[in-house]
Parts: sequence; structure tokens; C-alpha cells
Amino acid sequence: MKILVAVKRVIDYAVKVRVKPNKSGVETSNVKMSMNPFCEIALEEALRIRESGAAKEVVAVTVGPAQCADTLRTALAMGADRAVHVDAGAAPVLPLSVAKILRALVQVEQPGLLILGKQAIDDDCNQTGQMVAGLLKWPQGTFASKVVLDKEKQVATVEREVDGGLETLCLDLPAVITTDLRLNQPRYATLPNIMKAKSKVIKKVTPEELNVEIKSDLEVVQVTEPPKRKAGVIISSVDELIDKLKNEVVSCNILNCK
Amino acid sequence: MQRFSAVRRVAAFLQNRSRQRASFSTSLLFDDTQKQFKESVYQFAQETIAPHAATIDATNSFPKDVNLWKLMGDFNLHGITAPEEYGGLGIGYLYHCIAMEEISRASGSVGLSYGAHSNLCINQLVRHGSSAQKQKYLPKLISGEHVGALAMSEPNAGSDVVSMKCKADRVDGGYVMNGNKMWCTNGPVAQTLVVYAKTDVSAGSKGITAFIIEKGMPGFSTAQKLDKLGMRGSDTCELVFENCFVPEENILGAVGKGVYVMMSGLDLERLVLAAGPLGLMQACLDAVIPYVRQREQFGHPIGEFQFIQGKLADMYTSLQSSRAFVYSVARDCDNGKIDRKDCAGVILLAAEKATQVALQAIQCLGGNGYVNEYPAGRLLRDAKLFEIGAGTSEIRRMIIGRELFKQD
Repeated sequence: MKILVAVKRVIDYAVKVRVKPNKSGVETSNVKMSMNPFCEIALEEALRIRESGAAKEVVAVTVGPAQCADTLRTALAMGADRAVHVDAGAAPVLPLSVAKILRALVQVEQPGLLILGKQAIDDDCNQTGQMVAGLLKWPQGTFASKVVLDKEKQVATVEREVDGGLETLCLDLPAVITTDLRLNQPRYATLPNIMKAKSKVIKKVTPEELNVEIKSDLEVVQVTEPPKRKAGVIISSVDELIDKLKNEVVSCNILNCK
Repeated sequence: MQRFSAVRRVAAFLQNRSRQRASFSTSLLFDDTQKQFKESVYQFAQETIAPHAATIDATNSFPKDVNLWKLMGDFNLHGITAPEEYGGLGIGYLYHCIAMEEISRASGSVGLSYGAHSNLCINQLVRHGSSAQKQKYLPKLISGEHVGALAMSEPNAGSDVVSMKCKADRVDGGYVMNGNKMWCTNGPVAQTLVVYAKTDVSAGSKGITAFIIEKGMPGFSTAQKLDKLGMRGSDTCELVFENCFVPEENILGAVGKGVYVMMSGLDLERLVLAAGPLGLMQACLDAVIPYVRQREQFGHPIGEFQFIQGKLADMYTSLQSSRAFVYSVARDCDNGKIDRKDCAGVILLAAEKATQVALQAIQCLGGNGYVNEYPAGRLLRDAKLFEIGAGTSEIRRMIIGRELFKQD
């Protein structure tokens, strides 16, 4: 079985993000970029499944401009067997377009499993995995915190973190899984693997070759920083609290707070 | 090898506690693979070593609950210049310098011990050991199961190392060693040590032979750990030899040829150790840049004042210029062009710059720089070592001047 892992190149999680002066977006030039942390977890899970013998090949794929090849090199250094780079130009590609591209790739590669991170830390969309599953009409197990594959029965048992606790799903393969924080701890790319990765293949494809039209129906109008938190006030007595509630708080759903 | 805190990393991000660091363009110095390696070691060192740095300094010892030697060995860091057949990577001095820089950035003490183990001991065995010796000692040293060290200096023979008094007298089957060695990094914990002694006291420098000593050899003991100004935790001690029998097969290189082993080893030692002060300078900037953005006086972040910006500029150019020199010489050495004055030059420059950069780092942090809760003080104390160990700055100057005088 082949596993396809979709990874995204995002601003490194440790970078202090700044908004561009013209408010059109965040500053990305000269800013450190890395693989999305949830994508690392997805890749790690794919590698573990391959190491357990349930899969033969792990293929990493990314959608983005030329620099995204770095992310694929990291994936190869972590242990992916080969990679596919869908060069869609410099403009950001929205989840639905990514989902359509992944659908096209799935039809080419025919994997038994498509694993993605649950969301990217730059846009926090949490959409791509669900959309691909919908387009492919495949079962989906999102926010996975545990994945167990049964090779014989071709079934994946996925434990999901949901608001009420943990939900266990049984998915017939092929399926889409998106990974959550506690699923695993990704491995480092060790030096021998970094050296081995140099000889692994990164295949370049364009959306046109996959017959996917990328169109964006969303226009980013403005990006601003969230308003700075105002300092709180320490209240000295219950009377003072009541006074403030009556006079200073215009609308507040205190009674509805969970 | 599993990264134990990746989950915490993402959680930390989500809580908006970002680990600040300053990263500078090194596009001309490294190719993509080297950049990947640097990034990888950086992550490893920051997650595995950096959290222990302050405690290592405060307690003057490596952490007891984690085995840093083994962890670094698992990450293939010890045998970067050693052949693959013994578990090494055999990819040369540039990569070794990158590893040394990133480990020192996380902790100067760990970096120094790492350098002594992987270069002074392991690399000397690689360069001069017989097949039998390499087979016997390298695998465990490279895996991190054993720790390596090297001893040449003595209480009365530092810069004038050739005047060493430790002697090895010929006996049946080997030699009997008597004498003391001083300032041996990793001495207290090493299982395998490269030790230089005089097999012919009357022959001066031509009477020196290199030996491989094993911990536990009768007659070999270590005296108390030294209480140092900096590089605390990088255990250093005096070695004592009292009628220590060393078998014939433990001679490293040839009898009487020890000075060649020693001096040629020193060239590469200086190159690799020069990456230590690079890491320390980078650590200074990692601490200073976020601080001057946050700290406000007179209604402004102090980083907006010209005096502070001047200091930042000086620190930055010191680091980048030293880095350019070190890595270009590393590249030359990988290509077989080992130039004695360049090897001395890189550590001469990097070490002196690092001390100055650390002083400026303390100054930028002001009163906080003077407090041990902040790393600046430790960075200064650690940096100073590099002006002394592996040949003092004075010796380095002498070497370079002498080489230039000889050359036509």
C-alpha cells in the first residue's frame, strides 16, 4: 500500500509574526519557514505505518512555489521515499484548490491512505482534509490522536479528539486521516538521512498537468493585528464589582459563561 | 530517534510562547544539505542540550537524568569525520564545525566536551590509529557509550608542551608511564584517552610518543575535577600515572613520532574548536536581540537607541566575519589543503571576537546582564576559554607570524 502525505510550508512556529505596513498580509520575506508542525506529525505517522510493514511507500506532496522544495527535502530527510512538488506559482493556494489538486494526485498515485495535518498554522483553516475526503468520496478520520491499521482487513481504526472526549471510528481504506497534536512525536532528520535524501526523487508537476484550475473566490481585504489587550483592573470588594457591572459593562453575557 | 518535545513545541506555539532566536543568512557559506544539517542539529541541541545549560554551569556537572553523550551519539554527531565502517559518517570538517557551532550555541560546556571527544580523541584515532586500534576503540566512542579525551599539557608544560616530563620507559611488552597531565577535558569520565609522553627524554621533541590509555589501567588515575571560571560541567582534571603499564599495541602512530601526531592534530583541533566561539557569539545575539526589542527605557525599546544599535552591529559583524573565515578554512581542509597558519588564524580570531561579543552582550542586557539568571555572564566565562585552550592566543600569533616569515 502507498501512503500519500500532504505537507505545507509555513512560517516557522517560533517566529514572531508581523503584519505588513500596507496591511495586505503578514511579513514573509526574510522570515524563517518550516514544515507545518501538524504535517510533521502526519509524516511521522506515515513513516511509522510503513515501518510496521503495513505500507510499502511514503510519498510526500506539497503545493506551492519553488521554495517549497525545501519542505519536501525535509520530508525526504525524515524518511519519505519520494516527493511530488506541485508548482502553483507564488500566490497562496486556498484549501479547496489544494483539495482538488490532491484529488487529482490521488487518482494518479492510487494510495491506500492520504494523511494530512489537521490544519496549517498560518491560516488555521482546518478544511483541506475534509474537502479532499468529500471530493474523493472517501471516509475521513480527522483530529486523529491514535491510528491503528489492519492490513488484512484494509481498515483503519482512528481515535479522534472531539469536544466531548475521544471518538473511535473504523474507516474502510482508502481513507483520509488528518492528524492532531498528540498522535505522535516526529523524528529528527538525522545527518545520514539528510545525506540519503539527496538521491531521492522530487517530481515536479503543474496544476495544468493535473487538469486542475486554481481559482480563488476569496480576496483578502485587510490583515491587522488583534487589538492589544488592555490591562485588567483588580477589584477590592463585591460592592465594587456590582458597581462596575452595573455602570461600566455595557453588554456582557456573564450568566451564559460556561 | 524520537524528539521528545515536538508536542510541547507545537503546544508552546499555540500558547504564543515563542522561542526567540536570531537567524542570519548563511547562504554563501553552505549548500542546501549543509543548511538542512545545521537546522537539524540546531533543533536537536535546543531541545536536548539547551534546557540543561544553566544547570550544567551551576552544578559543574553534566545532567544525571539524561545521557547527553548517548543522545549525541544516537544523532550521529560523534563520528562526523570517522569512517562509516566504525559507525561514523566520514563527511568531513565542515560538517563537524557546523555540529560544534550548534552544540556550543546550546551549551558552551557541552560543546567543549563534545569537541574534545569527537575531534581530539576520535579524530586522532581515525588519523593515526592502526586498523586493530580503530576497530577496538572507535565504535563505542562513536556511539557515545564511551567518552574520549586527550592529554598533552602538564602542570609545568602548557604552551611549552614539548618540554613535557611525563615519561614512558621501555619494558618487556610495552612501556611504563610515570608523570602527570593537566587540564584534561573529559578526563574524569573518559574511557579512552590519547596521552603524549616522552619515550626518549634526551631527544626533546623527537622523543615524544602518543599512547592510547584506557580507564582502569593499573597505575592510571584521575585527580580531582578542576573548579573552573567557565566551561563548568565540562569535566576537566589532572591525570596521574604511577608505573602505569601500557602495552606495545597501544602506541598511536610510531615511537618517537608523537610530536607529528600532536602538532598536525592541533591544526584540525583549532579548526573544529573555532566553531565553538561561533556558537557562543550566536547565543549572545539570540539573547540580546529579543531583549533589546522588549526592554523599554525613556519610552522606547532600547534597541532603537544608536549606542545599542552600534553594539548590535559590532556583534553581528564579528560573528559573520569569523564564521566566513572558519567555514572557508574548513572547506579547504576538507579538500586536503590544511594550512597551519589558517587553522591557527580562525581560532585566534573567533575566540577573541567571542570574548568581546560576550562582554557587549552583558552590556546590552545592562543590570540584567550582570545577573546569573540571564545567560550573558555564562557566555562570557565560557568564551574566555577559547583564547587559552588549544594553544593560547599568544602561541597562535607566534605560529602565524613564524609561518609568514618562513614563506616566500
